[in-house]
Amino acid sequence: MTWNLAGDRPIWLQLTEQIQLRILTGEYQAGERLPSVRELAAQAAVNPNTMQKALTELERSGLLYAQRTSGRFITQDGERIREMRCRMAQGETRQFLARMEELGFSAGEILELVRRQVEAEEGKAEEDSDDGTE
Amino acid sequence: MERSEARREGPVLECRQLSKIYGAVRALDQVDLAVQRGRIVGLLGPNGSGKTTLIKTAAGLLTPSAGEMLVCGRQPGAATKGLVSYLPERTYLSDWMRVEDILCLFRDFYSDFDLQKAEEMLFRLDIHRMDRLRTMSKGTREKVQLILVMSRRAELYLLDEPIGGVDPAAREFILGTIIGNYSEDAAVVISTHLIRDVEQVLDDVIFLAYGHVGLSAPVEELREEKGKSIDELFREMYRC
Repeated sequence: MTWNLAGDRPIWLQLTEQIQLRILTGEYQAGERLPSVRELAAQAAVNPNTMQKALTELERSGLLYAQRTSGRFITQDGERIREMRCRMAQGETRQFLARMEELGFSAGEILELVRRQVEAEEGKAEEDSDDGTE
Repeated sequence: MERSEARREGPVLECRQLSKIYGAVRALDQVDLAVQRGRIVGLLGPNGSGKTTLIKTAAGLLTPSAGEMLVCGRQPGAATKGLVSYLPERTYLSDWMRVEDILCLFRDFYSDFDLQKAEEMLFRLDIHRMDRLRTMSKGTREKVQLILVMSRRAELYLLDEPIGGVDPAAREFILGTIIGNYSEDAAVVISTHLIRDVEQVLDDVIFLAYGHVGLSAPVEELREEKGKSIDELFREMYRC
């Protein structure tokens, strides 16, 4: 996953979102040690103070915790990560519904469209092995 | 080199009513500014605004016409050469040189040069000791020079257009290398007109135009106050 930063919103906020996403998708695992501020800043080509601000924010939200001598770690609270992932999914779904309603689809039609799309994708991926999504 | 405590107080770079005059041209006109430790500062301005003149004066290559320039409290000269790591806009390295020659040159010239660090970074880019500068692309040559400059443990890094003329991937590498390597209590001054590309790495900006400081402030503060990117702000201020 690469760092994608747009110019129109605060960089620290975008960093916060992208690190959070990495945690929710499992790219950064629960309990894992995070690279140093400097290292992360160099990776994302951003100012170290900006990265620091993003990490402080994630500490406050509980996704990260600092250990005085050994650095910063991803929370070990797997339940909390799952919960946040669900909340994010709900947000995405809500946005999707709002856009579909704008296009004039009813709830029933949307459900039908989603069902058909899922089936089509499953058909396409038939030969691929099931990689164990929960 | 000994680094006394006294030197660590006060700004790393300071200009007091600094002027540089070439005949009828005032390249720098009574410039006042200060750059503090630990900051990454963008020296931004259109072509001909005095960026290079300011950097060359700090590097000790030009002498002020009037006013004062101080590096760690001293006038630029032999005493400050060891404190300042300078990346010029145009190379001073010769085409025929091999990577090995350049590494030796830096090791001999600068006691704060970390040879191992430089070698590691070059190795990661798949650049070999026996490679000649002549055989490298422009982007690779820029990377090599930046690696050398950032492998010194300096108090002040002066980078004159470090990302000019290289592709976006090389730009990201260069910015990443700067951030990953400057000494924590040193200051970094990056001059460029490519504001959009450096904006996200800066702590502070100094806008220079016609030899004057138009604006000097922390980046976050400016963005919040004006609700605009530094790039937009710059375009507005210097619209032709």
